[in-house]
Amino acid sequence: MRFPRREFLKSGGALVIGFSLREPLFGQSHLDTVARNAAPGPPDAKQIDTWLAIHADNTATIFIGFAELGQGNSTALLQVAAEELDLDMSQLKTVRLDTSITPNQGGTYSSASIQRGGPQVRTAAAEARFALLQLASKNLNVPIDRLMVAKGVVSVRDNPAPSVTYGALVGDKPFHLAFTGSAPLKTPAEFKVVGTRVPRNDIPDKVSARYVYMQHMRVPGMLHGRVVRPRGQSAYGTGVKVLSVDEASIRNIPGARLIHRGDFTGVVAESEWDAVRAARQLKVTWDTTPTLPGSAGLFESMRNAKTTDRVVLERGDIGAFGSAAHVVAKTTYHGPYQAHAPFGPNCALADVKADSALVICSTQDVYGTRGKLSTMLGIPLDKVRVQYYEGSGTYGHSCYDDAALGAAILSQAAGKPVRLQFMRWDEHGWDNYGPAHVGEVRAAADAAGKIVAYEYHGWQHNWSLLETSEQLAYGKSAAEWPGAAAQGVSAANTAGIYATPNLRIVNHQVPGTAYLKGGWLRSPLDLSVSFASEQAIDELAYLLNMDPYEFRKRNIADERWMGVLDAAVKAANWTPRRAASTKSDAKIVTGRGIGLGTHLVSYGGAVAEIEVNKETGKVVAKHMYGAIDAGLTVNPAFVENQISGQLVQTASRMLKEEVTLSTTNVTSLDWSSYPILRFEECPEVTPVVVQRLDQRSSGAGEEVMAAAAGAIGNAFFDATGVRMREYPLTPARVLAALKQG
Amino acid sequence: MKIRVNERGWNITAAPDTPLLYVLANELQLQGPRFGCGLAQCGSCSVLVNGVETRSCVTPVSAVQGKSVTTLEGLPAWYAAQKKLSKTPDLHPLQQAMIDEQAVQCGYCFNGMIIKGSELLSKNPQPDEAQIRTAMNGHLCRCGTYPRVIKAIQRASRTMVAEAAR
Repeated sequence: MRFPRREFLKSGGALVIGFSLREPLFGQSHLDTVARNAAPGPPDAKQIDTWLAIHADNTATIFIGFAELGQGNSTALLQVAAEELDLDMSQLKTVRLDTSITPNQGGTYSSASIQRGGPQVRTAAAEARFALLQLASKNLNVPIDRLMVAKGVVSVRDNPAPSVTYGALVGDKPFHLAFTGSAPLKTPAEFKVVGTRVPRNDIPDKVSARYVYMQHMRVPGMLHGRVVRPRGQSAYGTGVKVLSVDEASIRNIPGARLIHRGDFTGVVAESEWDAVRAARQLKVTWDTTPTLPGSAGLFESMRNAKTTDRVVLERGDIGAFGSAAHVVAKTTYHGPYQAHAPFGPNCALADVKADSALVICSTQDVYGTRGKLSTMLGIPLDKVRVQYYEGSGTYGHSCYDDAALGAAILSQAAGKPVRLQFMRWDEHGWDNYGPAHVGEVRAAADAAGKIVAYEYHGWQHNWSLLETSEQLAYGKSAAEWPGAAAQGVSAANTAGIYATPNLRIVNHQVPGTAYLKGGWLRSPLDLSVSFASEQAIDELAYLLNMDPYEFRKRNIADERWMGVLDAAVKAANWTPRRAASTKSDAKIVTGRGIGLGTHLVSYGGAVAEIEVNKETGKVVAKHMYGAIDAGLTVNPAFVENQISGQLVQTASRMLKEEVTLSTTNVTSLDWSSYPILRFEECPEVTPVVVQRLDQRSSGAGEEVMAAAAGAIGNAFFDATGVRMREYPLTPARVLAALKQG
Repeated sequence: MKIRVNERGWNITAAPDTPLLYVLANELQLQGPRFGCGLAQCGSCSVLVNGVETRSCVTPVSAVQGKSVTTLEGLPAWYAAQKKLSKTPDLHPLQQAMIDEQAVQCGYCFNGMIIKGSELLSKNPQPDEAQIRTAMNGHLCRCGTYPRVIKAIQRASRTMVAEAAR
């Protein structure tokens, strides 16, 4: 066995035996003890035992259903538990996600770990404390209201002598108690741990090579697998047809074996290098009939598609454009397909037997992936077990499910556990991309600087439902997400920010099977919508000869929007002036811009300061300021790190990132053809957390991105007096726009 | 074939053309260098070969025979040897600085960030920000941690200078 074995069960009560794991769960140091019997989940969410176990040594294990993705939620949710339990952070640990161990809190989506998961963990911890105090009351023979707790030691107020620990009260025994619904919760004024800057528990292992990423997982007797696909996907609905496979082409690699099921093609080998070489060398002839519009024809194709239209929001009378408007801004904006491009390609390890399966992968939703595996393999849910190991930052639906399903297909065919790792071109070329977008926005203001009418029409396709491995192996037809809610223009991120009396927001859903696979990519669609909408707002300010901050202030009614706007402009030392009023003939010009935006609930504000080289067309983000109001922020330090990441990633996406396609396939397949921001181009960042202890927590991992996307567009106009209508702001695109004027 | 990794000799069975990364990850079971692109574009597989940052995903294992390979696991000892410390610290000062700055998000790229940053600090104990950006430019991060990595390298530089003065 390859990993240093840690003692499997350090302080738990029950031993966990994975039903087909040859070895115990290998450990990340803070995740390596498990304290309950493994049984097909999800466990009952209304039982205290589902959420936590109190150990005899007066420590506790908290069972969390959210995936640590580098955002710090595995620490922050422990803060929530520590607060209600009156335990010290050092007394708490959590375990890795596992469909036979951890509760189902839904997937780790929408930056909702704290928004949705916080209240669940908080309630469970409060219920446990309530139950423990009842036990302590009997044990100490003192009424509950005279008891106090510190670090899991229950004692009597004004009488220091008698005390009992949580561990002594229930150590390693289950509570067997359902939630009462009457456990008291702490008030914000009582918080000692929530709201503080506890350091992340995963960082020490991550800097010292002790952290076990998914890509590190090995089990005895396993094979290494690779998929063999064309370099770059074709249209989702078409999939890819294999015309012929020349098995002899890998005969010189004796350890490698071809695995073929339907159009799914892969190789397995005992040696990883043999698998890599064989995948590279295997001669496959694919059907290369053109199925895509290509980059040049993409937006026109979307705009001309037969769409399913839906009015997202309508208010007042859009006819106000004709009557009350003093100035009108009307333009069409374009946003590209963008890739998740996780830094380490996705990886999964599957052991599929005749009637059971164990799959270890980097899914954001272990229960969701279990369902996909069960359906595909025809094995009942309770015989499929999925465990989560962190991979590299995925930022949405990258190829983690595809890796899990692909590994399962390979394992089933090979009759052995198979570790499948995608190559760089697999991940870049077969992603569920953030869909491209066409946005037509029209906004009008009166002479007093009030927005009087607003209209937004957005075109994009939905997210795809079928994973590539399953589509190819089983010949299933491509389907998109059901319902309009999955992917569409958000009312919150368009006119929702401003008090606009007359508005109309329309979603035009393009049929997706003639395009690339789609999936949710961090702050889905928001960057494109904000790039369009916030530039239109800025244009109104410009036409009215007003400072863009002042114009927004005049049109915002919600104090929380004002809060993030003020926080961002204060951080940036914003001084009032009209946009583009200081532009010059210099070769290198600078500009600043404001943007507001959200993803779903929280409030994001941003200011961008950029530099434009008018000779080379190169745009560099120099300093980005981002403010977020996510209600009660459990750990401001984590949110600051999230804001910093969002600002840098937004600069990358707005200035560099673009999936390119020919009429047959995706052509951006690595970091050279899909460049992202580098150190030399990285802006200085200033994150600001607007703490609202009295508001319920909401997501903090996405909202500043929309704001920053608009801010970059507006900064470009401030620098040059020219509006960019399409991003990313690459040198070629910038030079063309400047030439056009 | 015999190679020297983290100041220890290893007999390996891999074919000579096998990229060093696969040998380190599978035969030596090391977790520092990790696969990112296989194209020497990103830096997640970086190791030091005779103190020089090298992309192990495109370096045949045969190319490091007779040389000394240091991975993230061996970095504290490599630092101790460089600085002639009597005892190997738990962490290289840059690893500690990454913790102190809470620089990490997913952390997958941090193998390369720390290897490259350590190489820089060994050559230039007090790099300015522009020198840091230039040195680190071949290392990519998807999470957007660059600003904190720069701060961590500056912090480690201060620590190392202070240690040297003692």
